[in-house]
Amino acid sequence: MKAVLRYIARLLGFESSADRIVPPTGFTAQLTLFTAGAMAFLAVFALALSLATGRLADRWASELAMTATVRIAAPVGQMNAQTAAALKVLETTPGVASARALDTAEERALLAPWFGPDLPLDTLPIPQLIEVVETSEGYDAQGLRLRLSAEAPGAILDDHTRWRKPLVRAATRLRGLGFLSILLIGAATGAMITLAANAALAANAQVIRVMRLVGAEDAYIAGAFVRRFTLRALLGAAIGTAIAMIAIAFLPSAGGQGSFLTGLGFKGAHWLWPLLIPLLAASVAFAATRLAARRTLRGLM
Amino acid sequence: MAYGYGGSDLLKDVSLTLAPGSFYFLTGPSGSGKTTFLKLCYRDLLATSGKVSILGQDARLMERDDVALLRRRIGVVHQDCQFLDHLSVAENVGLPLTVSGRAEEAENLEELLSWVGLSDHANALPPELSGGERQRVALARAVIMSPDVVIADEPTGNVDWDMSLRLLSLLVELNRMGKTILIATHDLNLIRAAKAQVTTRVLRISNKTLQAAGADL
Repeated sequence: MKAVLRYIARLLGFESSADRIVPPTGFTAQLTLFTAGAMAFLAVFALALSLATGRLADRWASELAMTATVRIAAPVGQMNAQTAAALKVLETTPGVASARALDTAEERALLAPWFGPDLPLDTLPIPQLIEVVETSEGYDAQGLRLRLSAEAPGAILDDHTRWRKPLVRAATRLRGLGFLSILLIGAATGAMITLAANAALAANAQVIRVMRLVGAEDAYIAGAFVRRFTLRALLGAAIGTAIAMIAIAFLPSAGGQGSFLTGLGFKGAHWLWPLLIPLLAASVAFAATRLAARRTLRGLM
Repeated sequence: MAYGYGGSDLLKDVSLTLAPGSFYFLTGPSGSGKTTFLKLCYRDLLATSGKVSILGQDARLMERDDVALLRRRIGVVHQDCQFLDHLSVAENVGLPLTVSGRAEEAENLEELLSWVGLSDHANALPPELSGGERQRVALARAVIMSPDVVIADEPTGNVDWDMSLRLLSLLVELNRMGKTILIATHDLNLIRAAKAQVTTRVLRISNKTLQAAGADL
């Protein structure tokens, strides 16, 4: 435990004399910072995408799950009779919690986005809509269709699951791709830090040799490099994450109902997730540099 | 013990034990394997056959960190000094303490620098020093851990005679403090000068093997 604490203290740079031993390298340091920052920026957006599509899939699944619509297209004279007949059928169907015919005002509101608010609805042959709310057990869609066609020939049952399922599937797949992107970004960060660390180890071959000759243990030599790259990755990723989070916070809102685009972002506690990205980047850098340093050291006497 | 590469032996049939507390010279023509023998002593090289035992440890069985700990007990003045050029003289001398986590024991660093006559150069960078000054810095670094053994490879290689004598007297002083000294040199005058001050033993490399030379030169 004490050794762990000492290691963390060393990692945080309380033992700065060790860091002076490896000469500073301005340019590669900036490249590492930039790479970590850019990768963190991308990771934040991939995370936002994953979380947003996840929310979308959940919303579609829950909001649309328990409802269905019956649409009645009948000649004007029969409309009321068929509506009444359909409602009667629905009321006696097991699994249907409630059924309610939409009134003219509601139908107008539904059509307003497409035709404008001044639509003379009563002069048009608009089908009557009945909103059906299911119980949790659900109903037998095939049986209901048969009974409806017998009682009200113009009634068509619109089961939302038919078009909801592919949407939910697409959203779920999108969320999976988002998480895969985060994994790939993490792996690419590791690969780039490994390249940078190898370059630094090669450039400092003489420093490493001298340290080895005067009795430095492998952990000490590796630590000097690991500390440097871990801190760089942490700092770069913190900056990238901060910029990306600000960008997302100020993403222009498309307004109105949460469409897919306005949904891109973080909600509530989800804002905590991107804060993990700098820590993740630092861990990746730590592991990658440690591996590279140990490999280089094993090649020395 | 033997050491070789590319199929031919550089050193072979070498069999000897260095006595603790003694003052050794290692001599032989250039290219005969003096540096190789020293490297075998601080385990910068492993013998290709036979057994090398360093301060009681079998060189072949040592772990990497055992080697690091061994090098804290053996101070080495390398032929090419091996400094970190971006660190000051004082930091270079204190490097063995720093890397072994004993940086706080650097209080005798100043004393050591004045012992090698370099107090004024404590903040200079190694490339700014002359050859003799570099050799003295290397010697100060070799002894700062107060090692059991001091190994020096041509410590007077590129310094004038006065400086050679000064370095020699530092090494003699260390030997009187009980350290084992092993110096590779082809400078016979240096060996004669040492014999006047301390009991020395001379090892000579010839015909690819190491022999104890007679008391006379």
